[in-house]
Amino acid sequence: MDNIAIELRGIDKSFGPVHANKDINLKVRKGTIHGIIGENGAGKSTLMSILYGFYQADNGEILVDGKPVSIRDPNTAISVGIGMVHQHFMLVENFTVLENVMLGAEDSQILNKGIAKARQELKRLEKEYALEVNPDALIEELPVGLQQRVEILKALYRRADILILDEPTGVLTPAEADHLFRILGQLKAQGKTIILITHKLREIMAITDEVSVMRRGEMVATRTTRETSVEELAELMVGRRVLLRVEKGEASPGDVKLAVQGLTVKDSRGVTMVDDVSFEVRAGEIVGIAGVAGNGQSELLEAIAGIRKATSGTVLLNGRSVDVTGHRDPAELRARGLAHVPEDRHHVGLVLKFEESENAILGYHNDPRYLKGVFLDIDAIRKDAEEKIAKYDIRPPNARLKTANFSGGNQQKIVLAREMERGPDVLIIGQPTRGVDVGAIEFIHKRIIEMRDQGKAVLLVSVELDEIRSLSDRILVMFAGRVVGERSPEATEGELGLLMAGVEGRKEAAE
Amino acid sequence: MSTPYAKLPGWVEYGLIPLINLAVAFLVAGLVVLLVGENPFEAAYHLINGAFGRGEYIGFTLYYATTFIFTGLAVAVAFHAGLFNIGGEGQAYVGGIGVALACLWLDQVMPWYVVFPLAILGSAFFGALWAFLPGWLQARRGSHIVITTIMFNFIASSLMVYLLTRVLKPLGSMAPQTRTFAEGGQLPKLDWLLSIFGLNVGTAPFNISFLLALAAAFGVWVLIWRTRLGYEMRTMGHSPSAARYAGIRESRITVIAMMISGGLAGMMALNPIMGEQFRMQLDFVQGAGFVGIAVALMGRSHPGGIIPAAILFGVLYQGGAEIAFEMPSISRDMIVIIQGLVILFAGALENMFRPAITRAFAMRGQRTAAVVQTKGA
Repeated sequence: MDNIAIELRGIDKSFGPVHANKDINLKVRKGTIHGIIGENGAGKSTLMSILYGFYQADNGEILVDGKPVSIRDPNTAISVGIGMVHQHFMLVENFTVLENVMLGAEDSQILNKGIAKARQELKRLEKEYALEVNPDALIEELPVGLQQRVEILKALYRRADILILDEPTGVLTPAEADHLFRILGQLKAQGKTIILITHKLREIMAITDEVSVMRRGEMVATRTTRETSVEELAELMVGRRVLLRVEKGEASPGDVKLAVQGLTVKDSRGVTMVDDVSFEVRAGEIVGIAGVAGNGQSELLEAIAGIRKATSGTVLLNGRSVDVTGHRDPAELRARGLAHVPEDRHHVGLVLKFEESENAILGYHNDPRYLKGVFLDIDAIRKDAEEKIAKYDIRPPNARLKTANFSGGNQQKIVLAREMERGPDVLIIGQPTRGVDVGAIEFIHKRIIEMRDQGKAVLLVSVELDEIRSLSDRILVMFAGRVVGERSPEATEGELGLLMAGVEGRKEAAE
Repeated sequence: MSTPYAKLPGWVEYGLIPLINLAVAFLVAGLVVLLVGENPFEAAYHLINGAFGRGEYIGFTLYYATTFIFTGLAVAVAFHAGLFNIGGEGQAYVGGIGVALACLWLDQVMPWYVVFPLAILGSAFFGALWAFLPGWLQARRGSHIVITTIMFNFIASSLMVYLLTRVLKPLGSMAPQTRTFAEGGQLPKLDWLLSIFGLNVGTAPFNISFLLALAAAFGVWVLIWRTRLGYEMRTMGHSPSAARYAGIRESRITVIAMMISGGLAGMMALNPIMGEQFRMQLDFVQGAGFVGIAVALMGRSHPGGIIPAAILFGVLYQGGAEIAFEMPSISRDMIVIIQGLVILFAGALENMFRPAITRAFAMRGQRTAAVVQTKGA
């Protein structure tokens, strides 16, 4: 009993008819790293939000150190020693590290005293946990890995004994992720308790002591990590056997379908986001672009898709040039055989407030198939949507349901069905499985390979290195807006990781 | 998991919640009445009786409602495209020029059913023109539509003063208004409609433009939910980034949506000019453009909600005038306060009671949801 840091008993939470957490019981032992995995929408985030006081449970109780507590808001969570590192950092970009750490814990109206105290405390924390950050650096000037460290420091500064980390490695390079794991190990050694939420089974295996699996709002199993396997966890998550490896045959590249020459993109402030990038994608091959998020991949995709203006360079689609620097018309590019699965399905690829069927025609709404004069042919649109729902196994199979009510994986399938069923010549895909559950990932990967085998040219951008490696026939690595190297998918993770971190690339560029 | 999504049954979403909001608004309004030392129940009686007590009162209520349907629809159309058109007031005002020109030109030689269609076109044209400029400025220059439409209200006001004192005023008249129209410039009343229910319209100016307003409401529904243009507007309204992705041209939709919005606002001018006063007077809009914002807000920008919301505001106007008449210590300004409370609770604080109601329904719905989920699995 004594060594339980946190215990949940019968936690129950519903949002309207959605039963997000059903009678959850969980014990996290003190001084351990406890992983929580589950598909998207399994209820992990809801559970952690209850623990951190964002939501109130409808039923059940929370015990910290054996004592029942009522966590009404994040402040009470902090006061009982629970700290959270969010997936999207909650930092003030133009504040220094020190200012961010003490924000909300200033202690008095006059800052001087607080600053001195915070500086001292930061030094102590640095020493104790090997968390070096320059306290006077501005957040916006720090790399993502260090920003995350600041988040951890924030929680420790507030004397958190239990740290919750929500998908912490999503934005990190493999090397940064390794460093984070070392820090977590250090924290564990100092007696802190860590709850790690992730969908990456490999991480679970690498650093956790125990792991709990959630499925459809229920806690289905808790295992000792040493005694379980990736296969078992995947099966527990999905509820059936899953294929973790993507099976694909040899590529047989044909003609060049997409040719990018010297493409340069600057953002509104004139900062170069994509720097003189050139490559080709042939029919029947998948070219993957690897890189840590924010190194120009998004801008590259958008420029090719005609959403973002390029500063210079040329793009040839099916041998004909695309006006990437002047008048851009995504609708025209679609007509010329380009399909685009955008990185951000919530804001770009879908209109969440639309019915499913309305999203199934987004971008293709000028197609006479869906129109009767100026009017929408609602029957044709719904029929078309229902066909796609059946073919892509979109659940629930309801073309009139609001898109926001579909899970992440099913939303992604809506986008994929729309873009793939057109039979495009060139398919550009950004983050195909971000926020998508394991079962759907398998399906989506199969579809992408099918597209390749049908002779489409596929350009794939993903921050998931595993995904890039298992799908691509060739891998380009982007760092700071430039393509710093091309590798075959057999390249080791370490080799790609160095390129992604810009280490190898600089050497290569210099040669 | 993304933001939790609670879905309420339709009758709660569109029936119960607005009713609760309304009830609270009247409760607070009642307290205000109490505060000035009057009996709130008496005020409530005069409000209801003044709006529905006689055929004539109902005629007035619906006359006001007609005006508010037009301006409410105007705000709603722009809102679907993500544009907040605050300029309904000015667009309606300028729309009056179209009505006046059609009437002054043909009222003595043509019957109303010839003049009316021309007046409709004229009012829509001038209203659309007045909305086109801010729309174009936003599309081309990025000038924010909220700012420009407000400014255009003032420009419209000055322009109309100029026109009514210099150009459209008959020679020798002292009043800033056009001449009174002959029969061709007067819309027939809908006395037959009320007489079906055994009511007498009396002196109320309840006229045929009410039917036009209903037709416009249907037209807006078709436009928004059944046409390609409406689809593009909604896409842009919900997500400009998705619209860009879909190849929808923002500038084009901005200008078109604003012109349709302005056209609808302009058509409001038909009701007072051809339906009541039979001439164009200074300041005939009387704030209806702004009421339209509240109507659209309360009606959730859906024609099916805008019509009842417009009628509610018709009741407040007509019944409110009656309160002011019957209870002298309650001034006209008090009525404005009550209207303000309705706007506050039904519009601005619309989500105030939603969490509690959602929770109540979540508890009730838990058992059924469990059944659905096991079936789904």
